[in-house]
Formats: sequence, structure tokens, C-alpha cells
Amino acid sequence: MTTVLIAVTVLAILALIFGAILGFAAVRFKVEGNPIVDQINDLLPQTQCGQCSYPGCKPYAEAIANGEKINKCPPGGEGTIQSLADLLGVEPEPLDAEHGAEKALPTVAVIREAECIGCTKCIQACPVDAIIGAAKQMHTVVATECTGCDLCVEPCPVDCIDMVPLTPTTNTWYWQAPTPGVELIATDRQPNTHDTSSNDHKGQAA
Amino acid sequence: MALMTLSSPHAHGNNSTQKVMLTVTLATLPGLAVMTALFGFGTLINVVLAALFAIATEALILRIRQRPVMFFLKDNSALLTGVLIGLALPPLAPWWITLVATAFAIIFAKQLYGGMGNNPFNPAMIGYALVLISFPLQMTTNWALSSQMGASVAGLGDALSVIFAGGSADAFSGATPLDTYKHLISNKTATEVLTDTTFNGWLNGGWEWVNLAFLAGGLVLLWRRIITWHIPVAMLAGLSLCSLILGWDADMYTPASLHLLSGATMLGAFFIATDPVSAATTPLGKLIYGAGIGILLYIIRTWGSYPDAVAFAVLLMNFAAPFIDAYTQPRTYGHAKANRGLKKPEAK
Amino acid sequence: MTHQIQLHSFDGGIHPAENKQQSTRTPIRPAPLPALLTLPLGQHIGAPAVPCVAVGERVLKGQLVAHADGFVSVPLHAPTSGTVVAIEDRPVPHDSGLTALCLIIEPDGQEQWIEHQSLLDELGVTSLEDIAASDLVERIRGCGIAGMGGAGFPTAVKLAVKRDDNGNSPINTLIINGAECEPYITADDMLMRERADEVIHGIRVLLHILGAQRCLVGIEDNKPEAIAALNNACQSLDQSSQISIVAIPTKYPSGGEKQLIQILTGEEVPSGGIPANLGIVCQNVGTASAIYRAVYHGEPLISRITTVTGDAVSDPGNWDVMLGTPASHLLQLSGYQPQPLPRVIMGGPMMGFTLPDDSLPLVKTSNCLLAPSVTEMPVNEAAMACIRCGMCTLACPAQLLPQQLYWFSKAEEFDKAEQHNLFDCIECGACSYVCPSQIPLVQYYRHAKGAIREERAAHQKSEQARERFERRLARQEREAAEKEAKRKARAEAAALAAANKKAAAAAENSASATPAASGGSSSSPVAAALTSPALEKLQKQLTAAQTAISKTKEKLSAAQQALSAGDEDQQTKVAALESALVKAQTRMKDLAKDIAAEKKALKAQPAAATDTAAGPDKGDPNSPERLQRKWETAQARLDAAIKRLEEAKAQGLDTVAALETGIVKQQQRVDEAKAAWQAVTGAPVATNTDSTEPSSQSSAEADAVRKKIRAAQDRLNKAQERLAMAREQQLDTVDALTLGVNKQQDKLNALTQQLAELEQTASQTTTTSGTD
Repeated sequence: MTTVLIAVTVLAILALIFGAILGFAAVRFKVEGNPIVDQINDLLPQTQCGQCSYPGCKPYAEAIANGEKINKCPPGGEGTIQSLADLLGVEPEPLDAEHGAEKALPTVAVIREAECIGCTKCIQACPVDAIIGAAKQMHTVVATECTGCDLCVEPCPVDCIDMVPLTPTTNTWYWQAPTPGVELIATDRQPNTHDTSSNDHKGQAA
Repeated sequence: MALMTLSSPHAHGNNSTQKVMLTVTLATLPGLAVMTALFGFGTLINVVLAALFAIATEALILRIRQRPVMFFLKDNSALLTGVLIGLALPPLAPWWITLVATAFAIIFAKQLYGGMGNNPFNPAMIGYALVLISFPLQMTTNWALSSQMGASVAGLGDALSVIFAGGSADAFSGATPLDTYKHLISNKTATEVLTDTTFNGWLNGGWEWVNLAFLAGGLVLLWRRIITWHIPVAMLAGLSLCSLILGWDADMYTPASLHLLSGATMLGAFFIATDPVSAATTPLGKLIYGAGIGILLYIIRTWGSYPDAVAFAVLLMNFAAPFIDAYTQPRTYGHAKANRGLKKPEAK
Repeated sequence: MTHQIQLHSFDGGIHPAENKQQSTRTPIRPAPLPALLTLPLGQHIGAPAVPCVAVGERVLKGQLVAHADGFVSVPLHAPTSGTVVAIEDRPVPHDSGLTALCLIIEPDGQEQWIEHQSLLDELGVTSLEDIAASDLVERIRGCGIAGMGGAGFPTAVKLAVKRDDNGNSPINTLIINGAECEPYITADDMLMRERADEVIHGIRVLLHILGAQRCLVGIEDNKPEAIAALNNACQSLDQSSQISIVAIPTKYPSGGEKQLIQILTGEEVPSGGIPANLGIVCQNVGTASAIYRAVYHGEPLISRITTVTGDAVSDPGNWDVMLGTPASHLLQLSGYQPQPLPRVIMGGPMMGFTLPDDSLPLVKTSNCLLAPSVTEMPVNEAAMACIRCGMCTLACPAQLLPQQLYWFSKAEEFDKAEQHNLFDCIECGACSYVCPSQIPLVQYYRHAKGAIREERAAHQKSEQARERFERRLARQEREAAEKEAKRKARAEAAALAAANKKAAAAAENSASATPAASGGSSSSPVAAALTSPALEKLQKQLTAAQTAISKTKEKLSAAQQALSAGDEDQQTKVAALESALVKAQTRMKDLAKDIAAEKKALKAQPAAATDTAAGPDKGDPNSPERLQRKWETAQARLDAAIKRLEEAKAQGLDTVAALETGIVKQQQRVDEAKAAWQAVTGAPVATNTDSTEPSSQSSAEADAVRKKIRAAQDRLNKAQERLAMAREQQLDTVDALTLGVNKQQDKLNALTQQLAELEQTASQTTTTSGTD
């Protein structure tokens, strides 16, 4: 009986001591990290396109922090979902098709200037002020500021805005990773790359 | 005219993984020859048996994993694993011990981790450690005695009978010199111990030749630039230093000469610890890794209950290899100091 | 002679088969003109040149056809005389095979030079030393010279060193790279053998520009002829004191800029830095020769020496070839034999890139065309697994851990790859060369670097977008706040004006009343003297309150600005200031009320003192003049409101509806005022005769005020309800609603006061008429 009592007492005392140490450490070495919303917002592509049904990336980041799904951002695509999953420690999910599909290439809005009537509707719609122009004056898109969010396309009364894909140039092009070749297991293999001995085109740009 | 496009470099040295593996395998031959000459055909049979088992197991598991069998078999890595297991096992170990060790090494220690290049532990030593723990009797008593120990050497027929037919090995087998010395020194002086038939008055009854042969093979590997000096030198230095500092008294502990030239020391230093897949890779890391094996080897041999300890020492250091690598990155050209540890690079 | 300087060594490196002897058997041959020359506008690092000729224009050899676009850019010149046939996007020599803007010239075969002359003649000087460094740099820039070793960095940019105030140059060593460590290539070797004088002259120009004390020419010791030729030229030109020709051990990649610097000086270029950080400038021998031609002959960079070699050509050798010449033209000249799995590598076998098509042109950086056979350079077999053998680590000249980089790149763990200094990789290919598993390591690194750069660019862009989005939001908020503030300010100004007017009117009243009292009757000067200081004091307090209010407002707006600028501390300050403002405003209103009461008292006094014979008092709120004024002001306000409404309509503001209701109300007020005035003026006699008339009149007005009070009470109740709701839900509109409630309350108070006044006057009138 005494042994049990001693054991319980010792354990209780130990628990108290360690609890106190932990509590002290939690206060003393508190990590002043980025609030989670900012960290999430950092990972979002900041197109402010609203495809996630939130009015901008920050509101979506706040929603994610409050338990919203992470797969509602088509501009970010799988990459963003993956990094969000890594950050939040959740399983990555495939992109929710309801909110749109990931674009193969980033796009930029281009106004067909001859057709522009100068209504300023696109200017009001642009979340990043990338369109310049005044009432009854021709508008134009500052390509370097355009996030490719598509928000200006809808309001244009004369449909003079095109979303043009940004094709790689010699400055932005880079080698794709070599295809793994034989390291793929048979069931993963694409039907037309079945031949394992010839790997001639593994270096070719995709 | 449209042309083929490939990323540079377009020229390639004539080195290949097959060649590397084959060279290592061939470099074990002097040791194998000496073992066969001194201890009889047991070792040779074991090596052939283990190599065949290894290749067969590898082919089988590749088939099951739906991988191209020939492509992977021709890298010769299974052959090398088999040969190393054959060399490490007692010469007169029964065939099923060889089978268990090889199959476990290939299936569990190698292929289930993803095949060659992905195994965190040395497959041969995993196989060896498994049978050493599971079948201690067969693993410690089936060491053949050499002709230099005054014993009769098992002929081909005897060896076959012992290995395959379960024949008695008592006539040809006994404990290894390391084991014997450790047991005898507790109540005898060094001089008395060396009069034992195992030592036959001079060193350790043939094992010195075996180790010298493996050392020669290792030098070939160094010359062919297949291994670097770091791991063997650090391991032998670690073992010698421990032996000289902690076990300087030959009347109390096994002397350094016996440590270096007995058991699997040289085989371990040049052929097992240097297995690149599971070893540390940075120059400094290799030194630490090798020294660690040397020290562990001494500790387990001296205070452990197993006669030899290369397998355990290597496996324990395999655990530490990734950690060692992370903290021993060399200083890159143009950098003031090395970027060590796992911290993130500072934002530029 | 070959100077004996202390040589150093770099870690790693490999010794691939040199294969240089094939292309050194014949001297440099001039390549005949091709049918078309294709000149990409971006043959260098930096912004592509901008065409300055038109399609169809005839150009002369050496004529400027595209000018540099900015500092890091070089111009482009016509390699021969002919016609510009097109300026369009064409495939350019690049791994990707992508297109870029090119200028296509059809040669006319006349090779007619544009006028050009030596810079010495142009400036009328006899020696190089008399020319200012800046003039030389300008000439080099104007001649379109970019690094000819392979990178193509604009030479003039490297040479634009800033000297200190004493004219000392920060550069002490010029290193001329003649190592040519890549197998197969012999362009620099042949250049040094045949044009050693040009190289030495070019070096002299460089030394003069840089003000460097010494020049080290690093040449691998597998080129004894080149070393001898340069030594001879050095001696014959008497330059041995400054220029050292240094033979360095043959080891790839000793010709890498960083490695050559390490070999010759033992120093390392800091990561992310440039050789100039060490006081070193590095130039290629080909560049030195081009500089000689530019300075001493005025010839721009329009041709270069290119090695054509490999087993697929029967006649390997070096060609002096015009820029823009198609690779196929040179291959044909060298006897190209069609091959299975044909490959043409521009550059060497270690760092060169395969051309996607053989029609691509040669550019300023094309030092070699290598057409190997399959047996000579087998296409890499399928890569086997990495066995971590560490051979790549031993070969890496940058002391990296190539296999770690490989694992990280393959797994796309780019942050770890960066931590392992991926960006210090010079892509020399030594690791891939020695890899027993034939893993295309460099391709993995290139992919990782490209992906990291892309990621960085995307992140930068997203940061930019976020910033712009946030600024837009802030701007919208600010605009809304400004509008609100303006509206508030207008309302307050109106209230203030009303209060002022009231005060002024009261003051006027008292002023007019006092003399009347003092003049009309001497019996009450004491009372008048007693009362007027009290009024003055009140008015002083009122002005003080007003200034306090305006000051508080200033402070408030400043605080709000700071708040919008992000100063969180201002939050509490703003709240405090707001409450202070409200308090001050209430106080002002109280004061106004006090003043009104005082005036009333004052008014009552003279009325009592001067007896009732004073006649129609100016202080009488129902006097025709006052009523008329009231009507007029109401009318003016109405006009102003209508005007504002029109403006609002024109601008499409959302205040239109509010303004409209306001106007209707104002109209009512005007009508009321008019009616009141008419009632007073329409029966002026009756006022005297019929004493009940004014009382009924005033009672009608009182009724109107009562109605207003009821409405105000209603509104107040509603506002209070809303406030309570907002408080319950903790909305951020609580402050605004509180303010609204307070205002309503004030209005109500004012109305009640007005009613009280009215009733008082009504009773007074009744009394007066009663006493009459």
C-alpha cells in the first residue's frame, strides 16, 4: 500500500514539476510566428480572382484558417494545394472543379485597343489596378501587373479583352526534369513509353 | 534537318555501375582464395551458393514488383551482396542459413526499400545479423579450423556433406581466434594464450593471411578509385586507437594486432563499410562514419557477447549516416564557410 | 617567356579525352558567303538589340543594323553588304528551339565596307595611351563586342570600372582566358597561334582601360604552339613586363572563369559576386582580338572563329565565319556525313547545347560546331539508380555535393537544393561525366534552377499583386471615408453657421436692445450693464468652444490619417478624440442655448424696463422682417440643395435620393416660412387691433414645431433601436450610430427648446395684448 502511495506521490510531483517547466517554457520561449492566415495568404497566388468564391485571396486565407477546404484555388492549382497541405498538415485534395480548372499556362489580359469604347468598367473590375485609362479614352493593360484573373473579361460591354497565354521565351524557358525511364514501375508507365531500353527522348523538352 | 536534342554534357566517361560492382566482386577473390586454401572448400561453396541465391531472389522479387528483370540484374549488385554474405558466414554453415540470410538481405533490406540505391542499411550485413541472432549455435561454432591450427582441413566432400547433408562439422570446426583469445585471457597470460593451438605460437592461425588478402583487394579498389581512403583508414585507425588506449595490456585484452588481422576486420573495412549506398558521403562525414565503425567494432568485440562485430558496427553507423551527412557538408567554392545542419538558407 | 608564377589548383575536375588534334591540322579558313544570314537580335546576355534598319533597305558591311537597348546590351552590325529581307521571329540557337526576333540579310556578294577607321586616327593621336579609357569603352560598346568565350556578356559593361578620386583603378589583375578546357574546341588555340599579335594588342587596350598592373594569360599546357606564339608576340611587342603567359595543367574545367581565377591567383570569387570583387577582370582571348580590331581598325564584331569537328565531318577545322551563317552551311563545307541519331552540338561536348535544327545560325558566342557519330559519343543509356558512390563529389570543381543536389532536385525539394548551394553549380557537367549510373545530373540541376527561378518570379509577382490589391482596398476605403467626412463636415458647417447666425442675431438683438434701453430709458442702465457682460462672457466661451472643436477635428483627421497609414496605436487616440469632439460639440450647443436663454432674459428685461410701448420689437421672432429673412434663407438653401442635387445627378452619386428628400423637406420649410411671413405682413394692422391673431399664428407655428418634435422623437427611437441592435451584434457601426443618436437627441432638444420659446412668446404676446 505504501509503495503504491509513494509511486503515486512521486508521479504526481514529477507531473507538477514537468508541467511547471512546460508552462514556463511555453511562456518564456513563445514563438512569435506569422499568424497562420498570413502564412496561408503567402502561399496563395494573389490573383484576387475570386474563383474560390471569396472576395480576394486574404478572405480565402482567413476562411482556410477557419476550416475551409484548400482545393478551391484554380490559379494556384495543384502546387498551391500541395504547399497548403504541407503547411496545414492535411491531406492534399484534387482541385475542386466547381471553381474552375487550372490553366496550363499563366495568362495575361490584352485589350484590343481599336475596339475599346472607354467605358472604365474593366478598370473598376481589376483587383490590382493593372488597367489604365479614363472615361471615353482607350484603356490598356499593364502586362507586368496583370495577374490573369479574368475579372475584367466579363464586364467588358464590347468583349474586347482577350486572355493571352504567356508562352515561355528563351529567357524563361528551362529544361524539364529527365523522365524517370526505367525507374517507373510497370503499372505507372504510360502506354507509349513501354520500351525501357530506349530512352532517347528523355532529355527532350516537354 | 531536325536533330536530336539532349542536355549537356554529351560526353561521358566509360564508367558504369556494372563495372563498379563487378570490380568490387573481383577484388574479393584474393581473400576468397586464401580462405579456401586455409579453411577448405566451405567458404567457396558458401559464396557460390549465396551468389546464386541472391541473383535468383533478386530476379523473383523484380518480377513480382513488375520491374524489368534483366535491366536490374545486370547491375551486378545482387551478385556482390551474395558474395559478401558468403564470405561473412562461417565456412561450414548449413545451406539453409545461407538461403535465409541472402533472401532476407535481398527482399527485406534492399528491394522493399525500393531496390538498389535506396536501401538505408547494408543488405549483406542485415542478412548476416539476422542469421547471427536467429541461429547463434550454427553461426558461432561452424567456423572451420585452418591447416595452420594443426587441424585437418575439410575436403570438398566433407564440406558438401556438412553444408548440404547436415553432416557433423565437429572434426573441422572450432571457435575463431578472437573468440578464443577473449575467453582464454580471463585466466591466462598473453604468452600462455598464444601457445593454444588456435594461435599456434604465432599470431592467429591463418586469419592474418585472410585479412592481408582482403587488404590487398581493398588496395586494388583504392587504386581503381572505386572507394576512397576515408572510410577504411578512419575505421582501422579508430579500431587501433581504441585497442592501443583501452586495451594496451595484452594480458587483459585482445591486442591491436589481433584486432586488425583477425576476424572480418579487413573485409569490413574495405568491402562492407565502404558500401556507398548506406555510408556517409561527404569527405568529413566518411571519416566520422569510418571512425565510428572502428570504435563500435572494438567496443562490441571487447565487451559484447558476439565473437565479431563488423555487422553490428556497420548497421549502427548506417543509422547515423544521413545525420552525419547533414552536418558535414563541405565548404562550397566562393562561400566563407560551410552550410551545415538542416537550417534553411537565409533569404537573399 | 613563360612566367613562373605560383599556380594553385581547384578541387575536383576531370580529364576527358581531348580530341583537339583533329581540328588543328589545317589553318583557319575563311568561310564563303552563305545564301542568307540570320542575325538573332539577342546574341548576348541582356536586352536584345533594337533594329534600326527597315526591310528592303540595303546595308553595307559593318553597318549598324540594330542598336543596343540599355546599358546591358550590345548593338549588332551587318556582317556583309546586302539587303535586309526580313525582320521577324525565327528559331534561334538555344536548347529550347524557341523563336526570337531575327534580322535576315541577303548578301549581295560585294562585301562593300562601310567607312571605318582606327580610333587613333579618328582622334588624331599617335599612341594608345593618349586615348581616354571612356572613349575606348565607348568604341568597344559601339562595335557590339560581347564575351566570345561562351557566355556573351557585354564586354563594355565589364570594362566600365569606376576609378577613385586619385584615378586609381579598383582592378589590379587582368586575366585572359585562353585555357579552352573543353574537349574538341580549338578556336581559341588557332586564334592564338595565328593572330597572337592581335591578342597582345587587345590585351594592351584592356590594360590601358582597366589600369591594371598585370595581365595573366592562362593557357592549358596542351597548347604549346599557342603558348609559344603568344610569348613571341609578347616579346616582339615588348610587353613582357606586364603580360605573363602562364601554362596551366590540363584539367577540365580550368577554363571556367572561377576556376581559372582560382588557379592563377588562389582566390575564390565570392558566391553571388563577380571577379571585380577581387580586383580581377576576366576576358577571353577571342574578345581581346575583337577589341583590337574594333580599336585599331574600327571593325565591329561581325565574324568569329568557329571550330567544326566531330566524326561526322570529314574535314574538321577552324573557319573564320560571318555571324548569322547557318550551321548547315559550315557543316557542308566541312564534309558532313549523314548519321543515325544525328546531333549537332553548338559549343563543346561538356557544356554545349544540341541544336534542334541544323539551319540555325552561328552567333557571337558560337565557338564550336560538334557533329559526333554515335560510336564517338554514345547517346546515354537509361540511367541506373544512384548508388551514392561519391564520384561526382570528387569531380565537382565547386565543391558541391552533386548527388545530394540530385536527390533534392529529383524529389523537387527545391528549398533543400538551394540550401546545398544549387546556385553555385556552374553546370560544367563533370559530375554527369563521371557518374557510373549515367544519370543526367546537370539536366536535373537545370530543371531545379529554372523551377526555382520561376517560383521566385511568381512569388514576386504575387507579392506585387497583393500589395497592389491592398493599396486598392485602402484607397477605396479612404475615398469612402473622405466622402463620409465631407458629408459630415458639410452638416457640421451648416449647424455651426446656423448657431453662429443665431448668436450673431442674438448679439445684434442685444446690441440694438441695449442702446434702446439706455437711450429710451435711463432707469435701467444698471440692468443693461449687468446683463451684457454675462452675454459677452458666454459668447467668448462659445468662440473658445468653437476653436477647441476645430482643433480637435484637426487632430482627429491627423490621427485618422496615421491610422490608415497603419499605426495601430492611433486607434485608441482616434476614439478618444472622437468622443472629445462630441463632448465639445455638445458643450458648444449648450453654450449656444445658454446664450439664447441669456438673450431672452436680456430681451425680457428691456421689454419690462422700457414698458410695453417699445412698439414692434426687432427681437420679436414673428416680426415681418425676421420672417422674411427666414423665408429668404430657406429659399436660398433650397436653391443650393437643388443645385447640389443636379450635380449629384450628373456625377451619378448615390446621394441623389437623400438630396431629393432633403429638397422636399426644404421646400416645406420654405412654404412654411413664406406662409408665416405672409400671415404677418398680410395683416399688419390686425396685429394691433386683433390681439388673438398673433397668438393663433404662433400657436400654428408651435403646432408645426410639435409635429417636427414628434417626427424627431420617432427617428430618435428608431436610431436608438438600431444602436441597441448593433451593440448586441457588436458591429463596427456602433460608433457611427451612437453619433447619430446623439445628433438626433440634440436636434430634438433644439426643437423642444424652440417650442418652449414659441410658447413663451405666445404667452408673452397674449400678456402684452392683454395689458394693452
